[in-house]
Amino acid sequence: MDGFARLLDTFFNAEVAARYWPEILAGVWITIGVGIAVTVTGLTIGLGLAILRAKQWAWLAVPIVAFADIMRALPPLIVIIVFFFAFPLIGISMSAFTATWLSLSLVLAAYAEESLWGAILSLPRGQSEAARSTGLTWWQTMSAVILPQALRLALPPLTNRVIAVSKNVALGSVVALSEVLNNAQSATSTAGNPTPLTMAAAAYLAIFIPAMVLARRMENRMQWRV
Amino acid sequence: MSASPLLELVGLRKAYGSLEVLRGVDLTVHAGEMVCVVGPSGSGKSSMLRCCNRLEEPTGGRIVVKGADITGAGVDINAVRQKIGMVFQQFNLYPHLTALGNVTLALRKVQGKSAAEAGALGLAALKRVGLADKAQVYPGQLSGGQQQRVAIARAIVLQPKLMLFDEPTSALDPETVGEVLKAMRELRDSGMTMLVVTHEMGFAREAADRVIFMDGGAIVEQGPPHEIFGAPKHERTRAFLTRYTSWA
Ligand SMILES: Nc1ncnc2c1ncn2[C@@H]1O[C@H](COP(=O)(O)OP(=O)(O)OP(=O)(O)O)[C@@H](O)[C@H]1O
Ligand SMILES: [Mg+2]
Repeated sequence: MDGFARLLDTFFNAEVAARYWPEILAGVWITIGVGIAVTVTGLTIGLGLAILRAKQWAWLAVPIVAFADIMRALPPLIVIIVFFFAFPLIGISMSAFTATWLSLSLVLAAYAEESLWGAILSLPRGQSEAARSTGLTWWQTMSAVILPQALRLALPPLTNRVIAVSKNVALGSVVALSEVLNNAQSATSTAGNPTPLTMAAAAYLAIFIPAMVLARRMENRMQWRV
Repeated sequence: MSASPLLELVGLRKAYGSLEVLRGVDLTVHAGEMVCVVGPSGSGKSSMLRCCNRLEEPTGGRIVVKGADITGAGVDINAVRQKIGMVFQQFNLYPHLTALGNVTLALRKVQGKSAAEAGALGLAALKRVGLADKAQVYPGQLSGGQQQRVAIARAIVLQPKLMLFDEPTSALDPETVGEVLKAMRELRDSGMTMLVVTHEMGFAREAADRVIFMDGGAIVEQGPPHEIFGAPKHERTRAFLTRYTSWA
């Protein structure tokens, strides 16, 4: 066999691919599922925290800032390990899915809170004053005037962060979450051939390239009428 | 002029920390009156105006609107604010909403009007400031003067009893000042009660029923425009007006 044939046989082995694709595909669904779940809960919690912080209650700002700083400082892998391995010691056990989903949601929430809070702060004070002067309540002002503008401003950092954090679903492999990477790794060792890893790479591209295109489209559409 | 005043400030005080910016302001505005407030920078004009709808909380004194004290704790300030329109130096239009969206937001959110009903009222308000054709345009595509007229429409659509203006033409290019002043004059002619902080001395002189001169957080002098501009009683008023007219 020449070098090229060996490369094909090693990384693009059709026989291995045919044998293991159902496992890779099953992993793809898990990755997509956890990714979407993380995106939804992470953004929701982040938005909620940014809104609470905008209330400017001192006793609430301190824990929110602490949470955001800690979650952004820790490597997500450590957060997952703590949730999965350490929490059972204080009587809180959870599945690999829950540990990965919860950890990454909190990490995303921390970043989302910071982005949204920064966007809220950057809006001129006159925006809320104008709204309040027409009789809108604090919450009506927040929801109809401040948040639509803040979300638009924060959209680029938010989409970047959603993609970065969703990619970290692969970290779930350390707690044996059967997502793409984990399934590919075990298939690789059973088969004695790294083709499943190639398939995992292809799967990641298939998942995240469309996500990036979608994100860019959203950003462009939001930019139109400023 | 009705017997009881529309707006009454009684011993109004405002301090930011230890900085006293209003030191007991007494002011009465009657229905249908247009009162212009002039004075040097930092004299407390904006602070006084912003206390009138409690965008700033006064630290002392009373604000009485149509006989009711609006400074009490039990006051529904959001209801009061709908009856007191405000126009800002920087327009403060919502950039993510069209001109019509800006004008109808409070109608829909606060008054719960349907989109159709709010739209009709909003269009009528835009028409009053001559901008019916700009209803679907976003603020970013309007000139300063047009934006300020949309801001006026946003306030008058709620049918306020009193309109507050804080230097409405100070952020405008000279060529668009006129159209905003014209809209204000028309508003006055329709019988609106107006309290206007302005540096447009020409406008104050010709359009105001009464001119207030403020300095150091208090009203120094007030009277009909021809008195304030023609024969000011106080030295500080004279000094201010001389300085001001020598700039202009
Ligand atoms: N939020 C604030 N915190 C602290 N000080 C303030 C605040 N707002 C205003 N001041 C101060 O209060 C004083 C009066 O301000 P105000 O804006 O009422 O004056 P003004 O007469 O409107 O002046 P200008 O003509 O420059 O608009 C100024 O010294 C100003 O620096
Ligand atoms: Mg001012």
